[in-house]
Amino acid sequence: MKRIQSASELEAYRQECMASRDPQRTVITICAGTGCQAHGCSNVVAAMQQELDKQGLDQVEVKATGCHGFCERGPLVVIHPQGVFYNKVKVEDVPDIIARTVKEGEVIESLLYALPATKEQISLEKDVPFYKLQERIIFGSNGLIDPTSIDDYLAIGGYQALSKALTGMTTDAVLDEVKISGLRGRGGGGFPTGRKWESTRDVDSGVKYVICNADEGDPGAYMDRSLLEGNPHSVIEGMLLGAYAVGATEGYVYVRHEYPLAVANLTMALEAAREMGFLGQNILGSGFNFDIKISRGGGAFVCGESSALIASIEGQVGEPRAKHIHMAESGLWGKPTVLNNVETWANVPVIIDKGAELFRSIGTEGSPGTKIFSLVGKVNNTGLVEVPMGISLREIIFDIGGGIPGGRSFKAVQTGGPSGGCIPEEHLDLQVDFDELDKVGSMMGSGGMIVMDDRTCMVDVAKYFLNFLKGESCGKCTTCREGILRMYEILDKITRGEGELSDLDMLEKLASVVQEASMCGLGKTAPNPVLSTLRYFRDEYLAHINDKKCPAGVCKDLIHFEIDPDACTGCHKCARVCPVDAAHGKKKEPHEIDQEKCIKCGMCYDACKFDAVKII
Amino acid sequence: MVEITINGKKVQVEEGTTILEAAKANQVNIPTLCYHELLEPYGACRLCLVEVVKNGRRSLTTSCNYPVTAPIEVETDTEKVINSRKMVLELLLSRCNTSPKLNQLAAEYGLKKSPFELHYDDCILCGLCERVCREIVGANAITFAQRGTERVVIPPFGEEAEFCIGCGACVYVCPTNAIQIQEDGEEKIIDRWSRVLKLRTCSECGMEFAPDFQLRFIQKKYDLPEDFFDLCRDCRAMKK
Ligand SMILES: Cc1cc2nc3c(=O)[nH]c(=O)nc-3n(C[C@H](O)[C@H](O)[C@H](O)COP(=O)(O)O)c2cc1C
Ligand code: SF4
Ligand code: SF4
Ligand code: SF4
Ligand code: SF4
Ligand code: FES
Ligand code: FES
Repeated sequence: MKRIQSASELEAYRQECMASRDPQRTVITICAGTGCQAHGCSNVVAAMQQELDKQGLDQVEVKATGCHGFCERGPLVVIHPQGVFYNKVKVEDVPDIIARTVKEGEVIESLLYALPATKEQISLEKDVPFYKLQERIIFGSNGLIDPTSIDDYLAIGGYQALSKALTGMTTDAVLDEVKISGLRGRGGGGFPTGRKWESTRDVDSGVKYVICNADEGDPGAYMDRSLLEGNPHSVIEGMLLGAYAVGATEGYVYVRHEYPLAVANLTMALEAAREMGFLGQNILGSGFNFDIKISRGGGAFVCGESSALIASIEGQVGEPRAKHIHMAESGLWGKPTVLNNVETWANVPVIIDKGAELFRSIGTEGSPGTKIFSLVGKVNNTGLVEVPMGISLREIIFDIGGGIPGGRSFKAVQTGGPSGGCIPEEHLDLQVDFDELDKVGSMMGSGGMIVMDDRTCMVDVAKYFLNFLKGESCGKCTTCREGILRMYEILDKITRGEGELSDLDMLEKLASVVQEASMCGLGKTAPNPVLSTLRYFRDEYLAHINDKKCPAGVCKDLIHFEIDPDACTGCHKCARVCPVDAAHGKKKEPHEIDQEKCIKCGMCYDACKFDAVKII
Repeated sequence: MVEITINGKKVQVEEGTTILEAAKANQVNIPTLCYHELLEPYGACRLCLVEVVKNGRRSLTTSCNYPVTAPIEVETDTEKVINSRKMVLELLLSRCNTSPKLNQLAAEYGLKKSPFELHYDDCILCGLCERVCREIVGANAITFAQRGTERVVIPPFGEEAEFCIGCGACVYVCPTNAIQIQEDGEEKIIDRWSRVLKLRTCSECGMEFAPDFQLRFIQKKYDLPEDFFDLCRDCRAMKK
């Protein structure tokens, strides 16, 4: 690779990259993200290449790409330029794909995605509802490029924003553009990125840092991982632009230990960028110097918090510290520092390249642009979805997500990661952005989105999240450490049917002190699951406390299973699955459950095809 | 100098002074548990909460680690402050009900009994011992380990605190009396840190007078002559 020393050299090289990529040529992209690897995509990639070699089809290219977002359906194969979309592809399917689709242009029905409700099959990627309603300005390139090839990134316009900034824009112009774009931090707080940069720029200091937060501790979210794996150069380019704007010469990507592929692809991308002269001294002949190091995180959730993250990079215990002095003045090693999330950084090249106005035309007034959500739980299509801010929860869950599986009904959606709030059906038309989520007692957070159906107990949900947070609190401050514990204990007591009405007051009192008096964001947001469920599902708390009943049939101490003799056909299935032989009966006669023996595992309930097992 | 108000009274404070120090200097009492004037503020106990109004925005914050850099209004005894401090005390009392200092504070705030079930632990994780040992003594003998409710202060790896010189500074600062130091003739023992220190014998009178490890630590730290601590204090005084 040769070192590129000016904007014109970059353009010339980009033309070469584009010329060698004939848009009419057949390219088979196969997702090689972590999700699809778990489904065995590596073997599909290898088989595809082998088969092409065998058949002498050397004009066809196989490209292993980053995550496309629809991981649940992996391995995913898309045949370009038509855009034929195959899901759950196995090694055995490979010869057929080549013989029929690549050679003959025929579509293989058995590999197509079918709508869960109508079973209607869809041939093209762009027509799959999961993708159709998305607006993938950040995440879209993931499916088109090989993340290990800097030429691929250049061919789709990569480092164009950098060259535009370094050759035609002052540092202030870059900063202004980001300010005007209204970009807000995607890592949780939604702080205006331009304003954050401005405070750092305004501090006079020889050394400044920019940091990319790729700690991603929220167990359900993986958009940051997927971006780093699938399009690392977009994050690098974003950091370059930020560093240029604030006057930083060194950058760090703080990435969690459990993300080996992200680290591998990022490392490769950094090396390539350095070799080509996008990192290092005198970048593109502009006199601007900047380089990036990788720092690997310890893995605790709280390490994603800004002051803990900095402590961790400095080699100290990754624990939050009081933030009465801003990072803009004194961050990493006491120097002015900008910390932004992976997705935030990935937005920056788009803003500089396409302009703030275009960016502002997407999303809402207060939250321009898109957001990537991790849609999981009781929803037909799970995965990563990038949508314009302002889209309704209903569109995300029902149109993109395909609704609730198994004919069940929607109950709530939890947004914002473990310390987000639960939003009920009455707010399904809420237009998702930072402020609207805040207003209903939840938050954007990491972009986690967990859909819950009517078989979810909201007291149990609150308890579940508090249990997670109890273990992830660093334990430094009293209110967070002891307060979360005591809230958890009260919730546990209520789910056991031992709750009293006064417990609800105590929960509210505790929640408000933990929220206001804790040191860092973990403690300050930890009460959200409790407060939001108390706000929208108080009836359910009251049922547990007053009637000693769990309306959703989840809390084991408050339910038991019975068989309705009229509905029971005596098929004996329940008896076969029951692990303790509590469900019993003679074949073809109504069965019974021995309440003494029953451990309330619910296996019989799930197994019965005749809905004869009832939760009482 | 910055002019701030504390409970409505205008006062001048040096920039960078903490709210707690500024309040003290003006005879306003704020309760603390994890603060010590010789140590770096730590902000863990959350007892020193006050309300601060800055640019029209009111928030609850700890005063021990809040440096004054702008003209703010501080209120140290609003209803919110009092109620929050009470909750902090109740949370701590339900962990440790044997600390004289904690019990006295509870009495001052009119608390009789914690509303939570007691999960007894004699340590409230104020971190004073860890800081005094690191910042003042320089021995770094003990450390925090684990997270959340599992958090503890222990010697490294939970083994004998092999860098502990037995100075007793941690014993002195601990607000709950969780650390005890014992001397039995030849040895000084700190059970909590699994530390047993041999005492040195005076070459003159033959009395055991101080932990050998401590004397070597001090001798090295201050670059004293090798034989500086051969004699106990009395014998050294006699010689002079
Ligand atoms: C407990 C806790 C965990 C956090 N984890 C992350 C994380 O994994 N990734 C992230 O980008 N921000 C995380 N944050 C937010 C960061 O502190 C910080 O606000 C963010 O990285 C700033 O970047 P942004 O302005 O681009 O959002 C976390 C905050 C808290 C309180
Ligand atoms: S709020 Fe919780 S996680 Fe944050 S510093 Fe305090 S104890 Fe640690
Ligand atoms: S599985 Fe259902 S129908 Fe079959 S025996 Fe059990 S209760 Fe009856
Ligand atoms: S007695 Fe040991 S642990 Fe305590 S302060 Fe002294 S050296 Fe540190
Ligand atoms: S042992 Fe004492 S001084 Fe050390 S943290 Fe515990 S309560 Fe504080
Ligand atoms: S990893 Fe393949 S779609 Fe996400
Ligand atoms: S004295 Fe300020 S938090 Fe403990």
